[in-house]
Amino acid sequence: MSIATNFLQAESASREYRLGETVIRAVDAVSLNVEKGEFVALLGSSGSGKSTLLSMMAGLDRPTSGAIRVQDRNLAELDADDLARYRRETVGMVFQSFNLLPRMTLEENVELPLRLAEVDRRDRASRVGEALERVGLGARTRHRPSELSGGEQQRGALARALVNRPAILFADEPTGNLDSVNGEQILLLLREIQASLGMTIIMVTHERPLAEKFANRIALLSDGRLVSDGAQS
Amino acid sequence: MKTRDLSELAVRNLREAVLRNSLTTLGVAVGVASLVAMLSLGVGLQTLASQRLTRSGLFDAVFVTSQRNFRGPRQAPPPASAPKQNSRILDEDVRQQLTKLSNVTEVYPQIRFVTDVHYADKSESTTVLGLPDSSRSSGAFDGMTGAFFSSPNAEEAILQIEFAKVLTDQPPSLVGKDLILRYAERAPLSRDASDEDLLDSMMGSGKPGGISIVPREKKLRIVGVIESDPSAGVGGFGGARLYLPLQTAEQLHVAQPDDLQAFVSGNSAKPSYMALTVRVHSPKDVPQVEAAIKQLGFATFSLLDATKGLRLVFTVFDLFLGLFGSLALTVASLGIINTLVMAILERRREIGILKALGATDRDVRSLFFAEAGAMGLFGGFFGVALGWLIGQALTWGTTIYLHRQNLPGVKISYVPWWLAVGAIAFAIAVSLVAGLYPASRAARLNPVEALRYE
Repeated sequence: MSIATNFLQAESASREYRLGETVIRAVDAVSLNVEKGEFVALLGSSGSGKSTLLSMMAGLDRPTSGAIRVQDRNLAELDADDLARYRRETVGMVFQSFNLLPRMTLEENVELPLRLAEVDRRDRASRVGEALERVGLGARTRHRPSELSGGEQQRGALARALVNRPAILFADEPTGNLDSVNGEQILLLLREIQASLGMTIIMVTHERPLAEKFANRIALLSDGRLVSDGAQS
Repeated sequence: MKTRDLSELAVRNLREAVLRNSLTTLGVAVGVASLVAMLSLGVGLQTLASQRLTRSGLFDAVFVTSQRNFRGPRQAPPPASAPKQNSRILDEDVRQQLTKLSNVTEVYPQIRFVTDVHYADKSESTTVLGLPDSSRSSGAFDGMTGAFFSSPNAEEAILQIEFAKVLTDQPPSLVGKDLILRYAERAPLSRDASDEDLLDSMMGSGKPGGISIVPREKKLRIVGVIESDPSAGVGGFGGARLYLPLQTAEQLHVAQPDDLQAFVSGNSAKPSYMALTVRVHSPKDVPQVEAAIKQLGFATFSLLDATKGLRLVFTVFDLFLGLFGSLALTVASLGIINTLVMAILERRREIGILKALGATDRDVRSLFFAEAGAMGLFGGFFGVALGWLIGQALTWGTTIYLHRQNLPGVKISYVPWWLAVGAIAFAIAVSLVAGLYPASRAARLNPVEALRYE
């Protein structure tokens, strides 16, 4: 696989929260380089800061100090509209609790990012169909999330994340609400997408075996700090 | 996000909480209905008054007299310093000249005279007035026993009921009967040599021929008996008790009080009129026509000032009705704020998802705005319909009441197109203002916090 450098960098990125007089440093001066096409697992226990770091890299939050650079753009310096455009055009996101909108059918959920990106209506159906076929849900388009199993919902969420053809896929505990079989299927799907589309994937997990099995590289966080960062064989 | 996508999402969201959103929309509808009902009542009453006044002929007419005749009621005497204008006689030439003025629909003389009326064995003295054919549509003859004149020059008469009672105990029985009018005809003096000599010796040479007064009789068919006095508008001032078609009255050439004056001043060659009534297209044309007639050297009189006062009263009336109607809409706008704030709490996570998928603050704000606007739009439509129905019910109730009092029904509520469109636009505007706070609050939500919300 060909790897380019300086694709995504965290440069001494910190995120502090103020609770009255108390300052909580959720992420503490983390520096991390992610290269194009990598599958990186951010591993750590609950409260280690891995989800906060992911939120900053996904453009959902800003560092209070330091920088997050993606393709040489410092996300901390982007205004709200540019950050929204970054999330719309560069990023796809998968969450632990799927976050499909319950009143919409599966295809409507997958179409939502295309509506936000103002993609022409004539192109939408084919792109939605393509994304759902990729995750094996081509026959469930008219179903609502409540009519799907957990694994299917997460695959639907993955289709929604892929439909805008993002450069980076962020997955926050994607197997957290799934049984082991469905969890492995989702991660196999992520690996297949990484391989076939050359997509960069950054996944937050607290399950070391899964991280070791599927990720190319594991970055271990503890108390907001990066304690180790190593490639998997 | 494109407008169509925004609209689809907004309608979908409104359908989700259908009961709550319907109740909020109903609140807007009731507010708009109260506004529309109040204003339609104001507009209806104004239209009714305006129609009645216009039909009365008092407010779209200018009464013209020669400056040497009386100046007309309420008119101040000309200031002593005013330049003296040449007095002109109101004759046929002037009548034609006034007809050609812009916005003038009709010019007719005021032919009024006192005469004797013979019916059966009775002979009574009364005032006769010539009515123009246009007075047929004035509304003054609605409900009259019999019918209006069959043609503008018919030899027919309509009697005022008090006068009819003088002639018979059964006034309606007079319809179809004939009466005899005895009057003094103004005729030119025959131009034989002895007359000319006589006139020259009396008035000097160069005077035109004189006039003679000849007693005449005219048989007229009674076609109607009317209870009210219809002459107030069409004739200028009330008081007549027997009415003829104007053309018929003109053809009688009845001697008028100013004939003698015309004769003395040497203008007796052509018949003149005491006064002319100039009708205009609408009351708003009165000032312009009145000024043009004054420019020609005639005295004028109109009741325009009275209509100005009436308009002021109705404008203030409408303002107060509108204010009271708007109160209900203000309360309804609080309902919209409440509904949308509740929606933000319930849809916090959804807002987080939309933002994570790339929605801008403006997209989220627009979505909530669209929902508020849609409630305003639907509420506005239903409100106008409801307000119209309330107005119809008021008209219906009033008509029943009036019928019980033996009075004709009237339309007291009227929803003009501008009121319907304005009320819907106002409902949307109020809803959007009500949506300002919830929409900006939703747009400001932090996506990370919103996604954590359960």
